[in-house]
Amino acid sequence: MRYEAPESLDAAVALLNEESGTARVLAGGTDLIVQMRAQMVEPDLVVDIKKIDELRSISQVDGGWHVGAAVTGAEMNEHAAFKAAWPGVCEGTDLIGSTQIQSRATIGGNLCNASPAADSVPAMIAAGVVLTIAGPGGSRELPVEELNVSPGKTTLEKGEIVVSFAFPARGAVASDAYLRLTPRTEMDIAVVGVGVSLELDGDGTCTSARVGLGAVAVKALLVEEAAKALIGTKVDEAAVGAMAAATSAAAKPIDDKRGTKEYRIKIAGVLAKRAAGIALERARQN
Amino acid sequence: MAKYHITAEINGDEVEYLCEPEQTLLDVLRDELNFTGTKEGCGSGDCGACTVMMNGRHVCSCLVMGVEANGAKIETVEGLADGEQLHPLQEKFIEHAALQCGICTPGILVASKALLERNPDPTETEVRYWLAGNLCRCTGYDKIIRAVLDAASEMRGN
Repeated sequence: MRYEAPESLDAAVALLNEESGTARVLAGGTDLIVQMRAQMVEPDLVVDIKKIDELRSISQVDGGWHVGAAVTGAEMNEHAAFKAAWPGVCEGTDLIGSTQIQSRATIGGNLCNASPAADSVPAMIAAGVVLTIAGPGGSRELPVEELNVSPGKTTLEKGEIVVSFAFPARGAVASDAYLRLTPRTEMDIAVVGVGVSLELDGDGTCTSARVGLGAVAVKALLVEEAAKALIGTKVDEAAVGAMAAATSAAAKPIDDKRGTKEYRIKIAGVLAKRAAGIALERARQN
Repeated sequence: MAKYHITAEINGDEVEYLCEPEQTLLDVLRDELNFTGTKEGCGSGDCGACTVMMNGRHVCSCLVMGVEANGAKIETVEGLADGEQLHPLQEKFIEHAALQCGICTPGILVASKALLERNPDPTETEVRYWLAGNLCRCTGYDKIIRAVLDAASEMRGN
């Protein structure tokens, strides 16, 4: 196995593209190193992307935010302005593993590991995040919900790297929230996770909303029907009830030791309702 | 396979070592450099026994490649005491009997130090959440939490 730590994106893309064997990107390593030790993956080349400056910064761009793919969960939660803008996304990263894991685990890694239960992903789907992906043919953009296919599988082509996460600008009366269900309060994997982001006009009418749903399908989902139930309403009980029902209807979970299918479908709606309530409260306080 | 030549600062001293890309920072610390204070528990980032500071953040050294430490500043439990003078956390762990078998202790001391550097006056809840990634199968945690809170109090000059 070779280890490379290039300082430019072009060099990283070239290394990954030119490797004839198995190549892996190393960011925080909290998934990759575990998989290597378990011999689930035996790379010929590991490309450490943490020395590439543009992957390591959080910056405000055109009223929105750009977060580099190798920014850690701890760094996101310590960034007061970003956390104030996107509290739900930071709730997601704050739930990933221990404080030790959060020192290392990155936003790009949480997405590209392609676990359906990744805690930051439903919140980023709700946020309407757009990815910038660099590759041998140049760069492209992709909505965050379109990157993953199934557990461990992404649509990234050979030589491609997720570079940054663009969080859109939004109005003054807007916020988001993420909730998950786990048997324990810490150090656990989501049985269900729901992110809700919404925006209100001056009259308190919901002008835009997005709902992301995790751990109840082969990948985290954008639930458009749930968002539609909120848009144009005052986010009253009837609207939130319809939103919760649409979220439950979108859940396609498996039965496993952490939760039955029926339970997860029900809880998806319950969490959607509660997350919408928190996002609404936050938006009104903004 | 060529080994990688790495230079890092460990507990204030510049250290050079050769390592294979397959070796973790934990392997390097224990097997190459004899910093055996850092313990291996699970080897998968779940137990926190191998916690060290890397560039000012506490990390599981089992989830860091040895080659990644090139140019990094590492602090292990061996760096906590100042000569013969124990760190207040170490003194309070002894005073409160906050350890039994001791395997988890170095990692908990390092993680606790990282907490108190950021938050000198944590609540009990904050200590418990911060240390959620440090497993102890002996103490039931209560004495550990009390020792950390007492050390924090002493370090604030109370």
